[in-house]
Amino acid sequence: MLTLVIFLPLAAALALLAVPRPGHRAVLAVWIAATAADLALVAAMWARHGTSGTGRIAFETNARWIPSVGAGYHVGVDGLSLPLLALTALLFAACAVYSLRQTYRIRAFAVLFLFLETVCLGLFAALDLLLFFVFFDLSIVGMYAVILLWGHGDRARSALKFFLYTFLGSLILLLGFIGLYLGADPHTFDMAELIRRPPLEGSPGLAGLTLLAIGTGLAIKTPVVPFHTWLPPAHTDAPAAGSAILAGVMLKMGTYGLVRIAMPMLPDAWRRYAWVPLAVGLLSVLYGALVALAQENLKRLVAYTSVNHMGYIVLALGAAGYASGDAAARRLAVTGAVTQMVSHGLVTGSLFLLCGVLYDRGRSYDLGRYGGLARGAPVFAALTAVAAFASLGLPGLSGFIAEFQIFTGAIGGGSTPAAVAAAVSVLGILITAALFLRVLHRAVLGEPGELTGRVTDVRRPELAAVVPLLALSLAIGVAPRPLLDTIEPVSAAVVALVAR
Amino acid sequence: MNENPADLAPELCVLLAAVLGLLAGMFLPRAGQWRVAAVCAAGLAAALAVALVAATRPGLMAFDAFTVDPVTHVTRIAVFGTTLPVVVLAAGRMRGHPRESEFSVLILLAALGTVLLGASSDLLVLVAAYLLASIPAYALAGFGKDGPGTEAALKYYLMGAFLGVLMLAGVTLLYGVGRGTSYAALRDGLGAAPGAAVAVGTVALLAGLLFKAGAVPGHYWVPDVAEGAPPVVAAFVTTVPKIGAFAALFRIGAEVLPPGAFAWAPLVALVAAVTMTLGNLAAFAQDNVRRLLAYSTVGQAGYLLVPVAMAGRAALAEPALLYYVAAYAVTNLGAFAVVVAVGRDDLAGYTGLLRASPALGTSLVVCLLGLVGTPPTAVFVGKLLMFGAALEGHYAWLAALAAANSVASVFYYLRWIVPAFGGPAAPLRPARSALVVAVALAAVSLALGIGSGLVLAT
Repeated sequence: MLTLVIFLPLAAALALLAVPRPGHRAVLAVWIAATAADLALVAAMWARHGTSGTGRIAFETNARWIPSVGAGYHVGVDGLSLPLLALTALLFAACAVYSLRQTYRIRAFAVLFLFLETVCLGLFAALDLLLFFVFFDLSIVGMYAVILLWGHGDRARSALKFFLYTFLGSLILLLGFIGLYLGADPHTFDMAELIRRPPLEGSPGLAGLTLLAIGTGLAIKTPVVPFHTWLPPAHTDAPAAGSAILAGVMLKMGTYGLVRIAMPMLPDAWRRYAWVPLAVGLLSVLYGALVALAQENLKRLVAYTSVNHMGYIVLALGAAGYASGDAAARRLAVTGAVTQMVSHGLVTGSLFLLCGVLYDRGRSYDLGRYGGLARGAPVFAALTAVAAFASLGLPGLSGFIAEFQIFTGAIGGGSTPAAVAAAVSVLGILITAALFLRVLHRAVLGEPGELTGRVTDVRRPELAAVVPLLALSLAIGVAPRPLLDTIEPVSAAVVALVAR
Repeated sequence: MNENPADLAPELCVLLAAVLGLLAGMFLPRAGQWRVAAVCAAGLAAALAVALVAATRPGLMAFDAFTVDPVTHVTRIAVFGTTLPVVVLAAGRMRGHPRESEFSVLILLAALGTVLLGASSDLLVLVAAYLLASIPAYALAGFGKDGPGTEAALKYYLMGAFLGVLMLAGVTLLYGVGRGTSYAALRDGLGAAPGAAVAVGTVALLAGLLFKAGAVPGHYWVPDVAEGAPPVVAAFVTTVPKIGAFAALFRIGAEVLPPGAFAWAPLVALVAAVTMTLGNLAAFAQDNVRRLLAYSTVGQAGYLLVPVAMAGRAALAEPALLYYVAAYAVTNLGAFAVVVAVGRDDLAGYTGLLRASPALGTSLVVCLLGLVGTPPTAVFVGKLLMFGAALEGHYAWLAALAAANSVASVFYYLRWIVPAFGGPAAPLRPARSALVVAVALAAVSLALGIGSGLVLAT
């Protein structure tokens, strides 16, 4: 069933390619149907898995692929991957609906997004390092093509920067994976095996180097300061749907890799160097927020808040590495980190889609040229306000649940560095609140700007794409239990694995 | 001593086809010369089939001069498997050419020399194989009898002759101090020999093989031949002879030098580092796709030298080399086949290729991304094993340098891929046979990547 979930979009893409000259509506129908079917399948999977998971792997498939190097087609889901799979399926479906009015090279666009959906789902389901890497690398190629062909502005340059930077990250990651492979006895790429018997236990130096390679590779993808410089241009010049996928799904690959690979496979090294993720997490939180505060370009601003939000996740994972304190608090931090991944996907995905609406009408992201949007486009203004409040962590929305758990977990863990870092990072929330309120003041309220007249309200496809994302964010904010119940067994397992 | 000619059946098939082709070419009328190409293709196909069957049997030694082991099997399959599409490519382009039959025969002889290069386990046979692989290639480089072709052939020849003489001197020296020319005898004899003599002899021997491999310092001919020779020849000489050269280099490291006799790994690692860096940097500014591919093959030669340096140090070195060299040959030839099909040498000629001919455009994208090392193509698996071999042999700096070079290489491959995506499509009438070859090679490159488990298992 999981294999079907992963490859259904790819099959739809191949079908689209096989038909000679399909009509515009047919392409869209196939695209939306495929993503909707996939979303339904993931939902069914979650329903069968139940919300009170045991932390064990379900829907497992383990087929031989390259047995001579110990790599297999090994996929499965647990409480960590299920929410991210659901997020992926939902965001891709939202992007398909959002693109209903798109006309430029629609078949290639749909094929590429379906391909990317397979790649992203495959990555979150992979239980083999090599398989994980294959999907990791393919996601870069797919997103490069999206930015290059459907972007705007200085897209060729941004796309190239994105490709080179993240490709470098992926190769560093690959070197780290090979380090794990060579450190395991017998040599294997299988994640379950590597978690059961952590490699490189006897040689802390090599384990540290391997963690450095894996950590750097994933940090570039996440991205954390100082590896974030590819992100703002890539987001600014990507099409709205591309930005939503890039921020909503693909940034999670980095932090997911930290939880899935780095922490359980190199527990010793993670504990020893826990101050590094703590420090870069804190740096990302503050730097991302401060730089976002200074942006005039709305999409760049949202991009920098991504750096800020991903920083909380890395900080929480670093705090979970201080094994001395209270285990329950560390579990809370990891749960918060995973919740933040889901929350950031929903909220930032919808923010980028809303940026796309603005660009579609006014051909500009410049905050100074808009104003008083609430009068002419009330629904748009309301959605933007909800998304902004969700992003700054207002109680009742998903961001609050995530960040609250991260702070509580990190401060309550009983280790001074983690507590101090978390306390300082609360400043980040303050700055984000200030910058989003500033956005609302300038663009949504206030005097009309020169482009305000062009901004008509959201159309039905745009509404249908954004509302479910924000509704889910609200649902998680009001009733987080089903999500948290799914995640908690896994975060308990991860914390136990790191502490061994 | 095993003297069963059947052990060399694939080579004999090719030799027979070449001789038959040459004889038939003398008597056939101009319009019927295509039959020579057909004979040559049939010979290669037969050789490939026999080689595949032979690969399932245990290893052995034939005539005390040829080792038939996994290295030889892969060399045979890769050489014959890539020479066959070259003959098909040439058959389309050379139709009606005054020297049509000679072309196919020369290609076959060069391929035969390449296989012997990889299979030989005796330095004298190695020298003979070097000459057999080189001399037809010189003639092929100048086949067009035009200015650039002549210059390329002359450069190729002078370089090859000079480095070949050096190689012969190295063989003489090793024979003198090692009291034998067979690899087994040398391994016993070189241990007690004076270190300086062994070092000088090995370095001189390397010179010839690095020339065939297109690696620094024997790489100067690569861009000129790739640009000046006829495109099919460029595709052949930048792809096929390397397979045998790398197999031979690997054997020198693994089978000739006794452990500790010579600083093999540091020297070859240094050559690899310089080769990959130089090839990739030089490829940056090229606007001619054939020169670009030429420098890319120099860069790839650098990656291929990594497992050669790790010969005898890392268990992954042998699978890494064999898989990478086969994957590289298929992928590089695929890219050249697209160039032959499109018939344009400037980057601008590829604008809108994906719209003008989706099949050809997709093949180009697959082959170039394959050369970058993007999964799931075959070169990715080769590169993965190469990184693994370097780390296993404790050459982490070499792995890191190879990774940095891979990233740099993305830059110039993208310069070629990006125009293919967009822009108005130029009218294009691709040669049919070249189109089929390009698509087939791209498909094989993908299949070898996804199905690598099956291939590596055998």
